[in-house]
Amino acid sequence: MFLLRPLKGDRGGQIFVALLVALVIAVTVMANLPQENPLHLSSYTVTLLGKYLTYALLAVALDLVWGYLGILSLGHAAFFALGGYAMGMYLMRQIGDRGVYGNPELPDFMVFLNWHELPWYWQGFDQFWFAMLMVMLVPGLLAFVFGWFAFRSRVTGVYLSIITQALTYALMLAFFRNEMGFGGNNGLTDFKDILGFSLQSDATRLGLFIASAVVLLLGYLACRAIVASRLGRVAVAIRDAESRARFVGYRVELFKLAIFTFSAVLAGIAGALYVPQVGIINPSEFQPLNSIEVVVWVAVGGRATLYGAVLGAVGVNYAKTWLTGVLPDAWLFALGALFVLVTLFLPRGVVGLLRREKEQ
Amino acid sequence: MSDILRRDRVFDFMVAREVEDLDLSHGTVLYMEDVSVSFDGFKAINGLNFYVDTGELRCVIGPNGAGKTTMMDIITGKTRPDTGSCWFGQRLNLLQMDEPEIAQAGIGRKFQKPTVFEHHSVFENLELAMAGPKTVWSTLTARLTPEEKGQIEEVLEVIGLQDESGRRAGSLSHGQKQWLEIGMLLMQDPLLLLVDEPAAGMTHQEMDRTVALLKSLAGKHSVVVVEHDMDFVRSLESRVTVLHQGGVLAEGSMDQVQNDPRVIEVYLGGADAEG
Repeated sequence: MFLLRPLKGDRGGQIFVALLVALVIAVTVMANLPQENPLHLSSYTVTLLGKYLTYALLAVALDLVWGYLGILSLGHAAFFALGGYAMGMYLMRQIGDRGVYGNPELPDFMVFLNWHELPWYWQGFDQFWFAMLMVMLVPGLLAFVFGWFAFRSRVTGVYLSIITQALTYALMLAFFRNEMGFGGNNGLTDFKDILGFSLQSDATRLGLFIASAVVLLLGYLACRAIVASRLGRVAVAIRDAESRARFVGYRVELFKLAIFTFSAVLAGIAGALYVPQVGIINPSEFQPLNSIEVVVWVAVGGRATLYGAVLGAVGVNYAKTWLTGVLPDAWLFALGALFVLVTLFLPRGVVGLLRREKEQ
Repeated sequence: MSDILRRDRVFDFMVAREVEDLDLSHGTVLYMEDVSVSFDGFKAINGLNFYVDTGELRCVIGPNGAGKTTMMDIITGKTRPDTGSCWFGQRLNLLQMDEPEIAQAGIGRKFQKPTVFEHHSVFENLELAMAGPKTVWSTLTARLTPEEKGQIEEVLEVIGLQDESGRRAGSLSHGQKQWLEIGMLLMQDPLLLLVDEPAAGMTHQEMDRTVALLKSLAGKHSVVVVEHDMDFVRSLESRVTVLHQGGVLAEGSMDQVQNDPRVIEVYLGGADAEG
């Protein structure tokens, strides 16, 4: 099992993988129980869990650049959303003539805008493989171009964070515009099926959940392999003493660029799995707040552990689902308070707390 | 440590590396000519001419603000001079290279304030500094070979940290960090070592060991030491360059320099109490 080799020496990671496998088995069994059975899992819950797992993958991607490389990206949700839009475009093309206007070629919003032909950048998205390629290529390319300029000019720290925040904000404004051809503020929605399977069916939803779990596992293992290699040690060296790393002979900007781009691709894949499960993608996914939430997940879980990011993403989102149901207005205050408290009292997150108790 | 003084043993890092393109046929490893740099109107370096011979051990002294650290910044690519030229051997123009290129070409630097990778163990620090390919891909696929491991262990022994191999570098004492950084320089296996205040924060014994190590390195490598501690400089028994206001004031043996009236006036006269 060479795939599992990166887990050597990663105790938390081993526990995480075991739990993830157990979760997938339990959910698969429980979702297939008859409706009357009290242990039956509704497809709503299955989808909700699937959504958490895509968030967890996004958090792992951020932890790789923040925890290990020291780049506090406040725009990672932008890569997530771009991956989501690429998937959304594929799903839109799958609707075919089943839309409200029944146009076999054009999505509804284009008919509504009186467009007569498909814009060039929508070409090819009816092919699943092409869409999947774009899911990785578009966020990766943006991260590469962005990183190329930012890291070469040695923008670091708070300045870099602010630029990433500006990046996601600019994308939000752009995607809000109808002329962009991505459905304006309504975004892309009303999806029917994926690869020929209806998105409303319980089996498809379970399949998407399992796909999310598998991709999260693979993403985790890939990040873990990076972190455990000498490349990971160079990343931490850059985080702790950037100029020393340069004088030792490492091209710091190339290392940052490679890891940042890889992380953006992971975030894009997470977004692509997210969209069919929630059924919509719109420009609000680019909100600066979303990116900041990701940072909070990672901070709460514990930086530079990877599994801490998973824990934080699932934990905070579970709390969010619960709290927005009970006290809808209180969520943002709770989120802010959480961030302040974690920063003050748990600099190493929940994982740090657990570790410390074990050490004592 | 006593091992390093043994004449019958040649450590790998003591053998100077062959670098392509580096032409040392004229016996000079570093040329700095007519170099000037100013920060906000202040001339930190002013018409500096500085040459280092192959295999030479050289000390650079000078009062605060004389431009010692700025000179090192220029050599290693951190600062670009306004005018002048700076060559490594006959062929490599240092002014057209950036820090990693210069490091890979064979110039290593120890900082004034010891800078090691605090979260890594002593062993990992040395591993990261090791000479060899330093691209993203090569580090992702790198596996430590037994030879490389042996090399790291040799250096651990030389810097006297073999018992701290697994310890986090951040938890070392100041003197140990200085040594670790020197060890990282050795792993880099450079042709020219720039050592900024190696004795700061060291006990007398540690200082003696440092002197012995630096002396043993000269010959195969060229070593430039910047230091404030006059006893330390004297015990290195090397040529001394005195910097003052960004230029070379005097050059020669410690005795010659000490008796130079100009030097006495600007530096040693006032610094006797300190030294």
